[in-house]
Amino acid sequence: MDLFTIIFYSFAVITLGGGAVVVFSRNIVHSAFALLFAFFGVAGLYVLLMADFLAITQLMIYVGGILVLILFGVMLTSQVLDVQIKTGTIQTFPAVLAVSALAGTLVGIFWSTDWKTTAAPPMEVTAAKIGEMLLTSYLLPFEIASVVLLAALIGAAMIARREKNA
Amino acid sequence: MYELLQNLLGDSLLVYVIGAALPLLFVLPFAVVAVLLEMKVSAHMQDRVAYMYTGWHGVLQPVADILKLLQKEDTIPAAADKFLFRVAPFLVFMGGYAGFAALPFSSAYIGTNIDLGVFYLLAISSLSVIGLMMAGWASNNKWSLFGSMRSVGQIISYEIPAALSILVAVMIAGSLNLQEVSKFQDGGLQNWIVFGGPLPLLQKILLFPFTLTAFFILFIAGIAEVNRTPFDLPEAESELVQGYNTEYSGMKFAIFYLAEFANMFLVSGIVVSLYLGGWTSPLGDVMSGPIWGFFWFVAKGMFFVFLQVWIRWTLPRLRVDQLMYTSWKVLTPFLFLCIFAVGLILVL
Repeated sequence: MDLFTIIFYSFAVITLGGGAVVVFSRNIVHSAFALLFAFFGVAGLYVLLMADFLAITQLMIYVGGILVLILFGVMLTSQVLDVQIKTGTIQTFPAVLAVSALAGTLVGIFWSTDWKTTAAPPMEVTAAKIGEMLLTSYLLPFEIASVVLLAALIGAAMIARREKNA
Repeated sequence: MYELLQNLLGDSLLVYVIGAALPLLFVLPFAVVAVLLEMKVSAHMQDRVAYMYTGWHGVLQPVADILKLLQKEDTIPAAADKFLFRVAPFLVFMGGYAGFAALPFSSAYIGTNIDLGVFYLLAISSLSVIGLMMAGWASNNKWSLFGSMRSVGQIISYEIPAALSILVAVMIAGSLNLQEVSKFQDGGLQNWIVFGGPLPLLQKILLFPFTLTAFFILFIAGIAEVNRTPFDLPEAESELVQGYNTEYSGMKFAIFYLAEFANMFLVSGIVVSLYLGGWTSPLGDVMSGPIWGFFWFVAKGMFFVFLQVWIRWTLPRLRVDQLMYTSWKVLTPFLFLCIFAVGLILVL
């Protein structure tokens, strides 16, 4: 096993392990913290795919932003530890059917696809290219996304402030 | 650096493990020196002498402290979330230590020479944010929880002025790679970005007020990011005992302490690399080279560490509302102005 494979599997284990804890833990705070490892592992996998900018953005947005928000949300909820997470099984038969159909399709595709492998190309500078493309070919989607974000920000500020006037 | 190791040891996991451990050789002795510096400087500023018994003028006191911490009983509160309580200090230290990978110590040494160095530094620090929340939550102590909440709120708010002031330097240097930014400022004092960088004289004069503002704001935001006075609300002793590390003792407490000192140097390193020439010599070609580069980088970094200690014993603590006011209504608008002006000057 070469180095790349070892690193790939370590990140895969971190991602899947984190994800498993998120799903199966009965403590909602543990679930929230386990998300960190899932996000971090995915960022590592992005690096192995030579998408360094995407990987760091993943850390910045998901770990630095969304996860902190989730944690604040969870911790500010009253009676955090009393939340009963229901993981009982209902409708077992349809669920088994749907899941096995999905799993069968995925495994089938995995086995039947003729995977083409090439030697990894050398690491390229991606940030400059992404920046250039955002300001040339993809300017319109970029601007629309920023306007949507701005609208969301103003909306959030409005909702947060309304209590004061009332 | 890695090529040298790879030539010595072949392409194995060992190379990466050693490469990742190298900054520890700097961080650990630095922490010892910084503990002493903090105590001695604060004492002399208050007309005291501090430790005098262990070694000459008490210079061995940090060593004694470390020995003491090693033997201390490691208590975990009965009602704590034991697993998270154990993980938190390591996560906090990891967030700080991972930053050292992108810090250019000299022209010959940088952990990883990635093109997104500064961006990586901003992103990886979020690991310590999560660690702080974990510590506060897992302690199951109101002071800890309040401390960690304050800390996280503060770090997130000050990430914005920090990122914007980094952007000013990045715009001038045209690179996110701290090694490239340092190289860009080579050639002496007058080429440092705080003085406008190695650009034509007219541009430098126009840029100077804005780069100086951004430099000061970056340092202020840096102090806030490491939770030191005047921004030490998360561990305000008079209100919160010790904040998020109230319940920690022994080695776990020591790791929090180590993380704090590592972060102090990291912040200084970022300021130095971006605005004060990094490892370049202030005298131009005199005393330059990889070894002197390391000396200059550490010397400049230590100066800012000293400044942080100095400020700690000079200024009173801010209130929470003043803290937010400073970040959002003072620093951020100034930086928007700086970015706009610097962009305009660079285009013209």
